[in-house]
Amino acid sequence: MIPRSARGRMAVDRTIKVLSTFFSLLALVALGWILFAVLARGMGAINLQFFTKLPTPPGMAGGGLGNAILGTGIITAIATILGVPIGLLGGVYLAEFGADSRLATATRFTSNVLMGTPSIIIGVFVYTILVLPRGQFSGYAGAVALSIIMLPVIARTTEDMLALVPNALRESALALGAPRWKVTLGVVFRAARNGLVTGALLAVARVSGETAPLLFTALNSPFWPESIMRPMPNLTVTIFNYAMSPFADWKAMAWGASLLIMAAVLVLAVGSRIVFRQKST
Amino acid sequence: MSTALDKLVAVVRGGGKVSETTPPTGRADVAFRWLTAACALLVILIMAGMVVELFYNSRLSLKEFGFGFLWSTDWNPVLQKFGAASSIYGTLVSTILAMVIAMPLGVLTALFLVELAPPGISKVVGAGVELLAAVPSIIFGMWGLFVFAPFMADHVQPFLQQWLGFLPLFRGAPLGIGMLPAGIILALMILPFITAVSRDVFAMVPSVVKESGYGMGSTTWEVTRKVTLRHGIRGIIGAGFLGLGRAIGETMAITFVIGNSHQLSASLFEPGNSIASTLANEFTEASEPMYLSALIELGLVLFFMTVIAQMIAHFWLNRVRRQMGDGL
Repeated sequence: MIPRSARGRMAVDRTIKVLSTFFSLLALVALGWILFAVLARGMGAINLQFFTKLPTPPGMAGGGLGNAILGTGIITAIATILGVPIGLLGGVYLAEFGADSRLATATRFTSNVLMGTPSIIIGVFVYTILVLPRGQFSGYAGAVALSIIMLPVIARTTEDMLALVPNALRESALALGAPRWKVTLGVVFRAARNGLVTGALLAVARVSGETAPLLFTALNSPFWPESIMRPMPNLTVTIFNYAMSPFADWKAMAWGASLLIMAAVLVLAVGSRIVFRQKST
Repeated sequence: MSTALDKLVAVVRGGGKVSETTPPTGRADVAFRWLTAACALLVILIMAGMVVELFYNSRLSLKEFGFGFLWSTDWNPVLQKFGAASSIYGTLVSTILAMVIAMPLGVLTALFLVELAPPGISKVVGAGVELLAAVPSIIFGMWGLFVFAPFMADHVQPFLQQWLGFLPLFRGAPLGIGMLPAGIILALMILPFITAVSRDVFAMVPSVVKESGYGMGSTTWEVTRKVTLRHGIRGIIGAGFLGLGRAIGETMAITFVIGNSHQLSASLFEPGNSIASTLANEFTEASEPMYLSALIELGLVLFFMTVIAQMIAHFWLNRVRRQMGDGL
């Protein structure tokens, strides 16, 4: 066997190193480009009125998206109230009781599939069960759609986080005579608190930027939200409608709303990382 | 062990009063157990409900068009003739484009993060890639339509046409929107998932094996190609299916840039549509029962496409994990 020349091999090695460095920086460039574009184009729309006023017809100065900001807050809050407790309890079953039972295995598998189901399909599903029978779009249907997206995410992270809690902790608490539910909620939950908060924050971050599941559930509205049983204004669908409109001032508003959503999602995502890191120290 | 006990003591002293307040009753425990099981069951019920509702609400269209729905290119709300071909084609083309771009990019990025970059840089770049996954779809859409599309139209597409214009893929007016920009933006969106799984796979390769390679005088690339990649190839394929499942159903970003036309076209410069973008655009406009039913059937098709991709990824990755666990 003739040994290949070292120079050729080194050259190939160096080329690959340069390529992989270049390509991994490409992702950073894309991120930077997106952040910069949203910041540069969105800043102009942000002022006090943006947070407090109703939208105006195209061409009319002033106005804001106060109603959509409030609506997005309401929808996300209701989704969190619905999704987090059910997800937590489902995760408790997977980690504490289910183990390898048939129900637990099926739930794990279904959660994975549900997590990968396109959010627009979840929107169609909620449309068929909540909007079609009543004949009316509603903020509450939007919240249910978002909570369905949160549910499997929270259940699986809860399971993972509870699995990290050492068994000795459970055994000791049980040995003291505490019932199982109290052990879980009082001891295991407390030990896994940071992880659980991280999971919930990540799930909220994920749904607060969602548009597709709201398109035909919450719809949108140019008025202040009055009832959760009626169409509810929200930022993401407003961005979609305004961006597709031919009016320059509406497009500017859409950029402002994009900046707001982007900032909220990034704060939640980075915040959850900080919470999680506290655990390890 | 002692730390766990310390923690327990702290927790119990802190405010638990576990043993005093509640005598251990079996009934509360049974109820709690059932409650958690019900919550777990709810996930399965939602999934089952979704299948039932999608089938039930597309019954009109299922009966009217049968299997022909899948390959008919009609999409005429006025004449009430519907077929999914252009939407399915667009979904497949944009997904394949995204995979072709994102797979090598993701694997190279993972390689950089695990093997090449100094730990500090690896951490920063890794965090940036993860942050890219947190960017909402609609933000990608805004950026894609108003920033990236003009850039494509002015710089990238004329360049492609000049050098590769003889291919039918690159014919047509450089509009900046269409299949190609949609595929590129999809690639950016699934890149973080492929990178994350590939990174885990690379990190799972035992360092002893790699070190033996280096000990024989191999270069970094040779160790990567012959040891790390060979060890992790099946994991990377699984990562591909995960990314595929995401790309198929991505909605808002695609709706912004794909152009939304029901025309079938071989050129990547021409506007097209995908199942998800058709739903996003037309669902609220569908006033007739048949139109709505056809749209829900489109949703059903999309649902099955993603479920199949997810299932392949799930079983494949489980198998790989078991085998790698045994092999190590």
